[in-house]
Amino acid sequence: MPDRRVLQSHAAPGAGGAENEGVFTGRVHRTRMDVLARYEPLVDDFEAFRAACERPLPSVVRVNTIKTTVERAREALDESGIGVEACWHDELLALPDAQPGRNWPYVHGWLHGQEEVSAVPAAVLDPAPGDRVWDACAAPGSKTTQLAALMDDRGTLVATDNNLGRISALRSNAERLGVTNVAITHEDARNHSLKPFAADGATEDVEYDAALVDVPCSCEGTVRKNPDTLDEWTLSHVEGIAGVQKGILRRAVQATRPGGTVVYSTCTFAPEENEAVLDHVLGEEPCEVVLLDLPLAHAPGVTEWDGESYDPAVANAKRIYPHHNDTGGFFCAKIEVTGA
Amino acid sequence: MTDGSAPSGDGAAGNRSHRFDRLPATTEDRRVPDRPTRTGVLEWWDERFGVDPSVFENHTFWERGSGKIWAFAGESPSPVDIEGLGVAFLRTRREHWKPTLEAVQRFGGHATRNVMALSRAEAAAFLAGEDQERDWDGDWGYLVVAHELAGEREPLGVGLYVHGELRSQVPKGRRRDFRED
Ligand SMILES: C[S@@+](CC[C@H](N)C(=O)[O-])C[C@H]1O[C@@H](n2cnc3c(N)ncnc32)[C@H](O)[C@@H]1O
Repeated sequence: MPDRRVLQSHAAPGAGGAENEGVFTGRVHRTRMDVLARYEPLVDDFEAFRAACERPLPSVVRVNTIKTTVERAREALDESGIGVEACWHDELLALPDAQPGRNWPYVHGWLHGQEEVSAVPAAVLDPAPGDRVWDACAAPGSKTTQLAALMDDRGTLVATDNNLGRISALRSNAERLGVTNVAITHEDARNHSLKPFAADGATEDVEYDAALVDVPCSCEGTVRKNPDTLDEWTLSHVEGIAGVQKGILRRAVQATRPGGTVVYSTCTFAPEENEAVLDHVLGEEPCEVVLLDLPLAHAPGVTEWDGESYDPAVANAKRIYPHHNDTGGFFCAKIEVTGA
Repeated sequence: MTDGSAPSGDGAAGNRSHRFDRLPATTEDRRVPDRPTRTGVLEWWDERFGVDPSVFENHTFWERGSGKIWAFAGESPSPVDIEGLGVAFLRTRREHWKPTLEAVQRFGGHATRNVMALSRAEAAAFLAGEDQERDWDGDWGYLVVAHELAGEREPLGVGLYVHGELRSQVPKGRRRDFRED
């Protein structure tokens, strides 16, 4: 990966790691590195990892292909005098010097502010126009709206969240981007019901062709955007949320037809919330963790952590560390449903 | 494409605010008095803006609450009690039907009538919620307001033209002030 922005955006005075420390109190800073230190055995170049975690992220937008094309969006930004840089995916544009929401193409719903790694799971799921797709933890809808664009705004995209406030943000994002194929439900995804979306007249529940499971997590990988993310970090929170993640991923595998695909993602490094969740679901539901193509630098899923060892297939999952591509941290796995 | 003729779609309960009911195809299929029909909605877009009905062939129309019409491209039984179904599309409660900004941005590119093209400066005033005096030889009432972006005419929002004035209908939450830029 070209790391053009490492030089271009972050070498500016005041944006480097050392200067940046002054922004945080010593206590917060220490706490943050204390948490991340637990991953030293997993990370290839821990100093680079640590330095990357302390740099802010540039803003990135995704072009909404429901309303325009990448070429026209670039042209419109250019007309507005906004410089863009390419990212790992065609539809992502970095805006090093601009607020993503203050320009004409944004007002027309041509752009959506979305971090580079956040575009990975929908691209991996890659649903086709006409598919039935479930987005189990959808709000505020960055990935929902990306899925809709991949589906060419056709088929049925069911977007679930258990938080009504976040659902209203999801609804307004979907509307601004002109998404018409999304049905939004307020539920605990662990108990998601297929009932409301059986097609008219169908007597049986209709399963999904694909599901995206972008679970709530401890968000360690978002420290670059929200430096205080780790202030409240505790191992018991990690373990508690891992229970929710297992429940949601199991429900998604059950709700997807044999031969269908489920993508699991988090923005955290903790193996308890990543490989351990996959390992659990591999043991409980008929599915496999398969290889996925990813044009971003990454490390494989870990098969051993904290005295536990996991199903070797979890190595097929991808860990993206902030220093790999100058992004946030991320985890993504592709699961194929095998049985009925 | 099936439509609101499904028996469950149009019960005696009428409009409940959290429920989406598919619009009946025609007035003959209608069980809730005064509920707009799919045919009526298609005719309105055609007459008012010259949008061909085929533009909406992949969409069904739903009413949630009285006179709030949504457009949905997916499949769902009717009625359905959920948080959202496609985009809010049209208001039909008053005598003059009013499209939403979302509908105009998404489908207004197909309009061939009652489209007012603004300069960049006028578009900035419109987006900021300003009313402006303008000559206009089209119909009075709700218009598609457009301007040129990246070399093509692009629908921006809904304007109300009355008494020589274009009144911006951009909802408060969607206004931006680019007038200085
Ligand atoms: C990582 S965020 C999702 C981000 C979203 N996919 C996007 O791209 O914009 C996780 C979401 O899961 C929701 N959530 C937490 N527990 C849930 C549950 N049991 N069922 C459904 N949603 C849940 C949270 O409200 C939150 O919006």
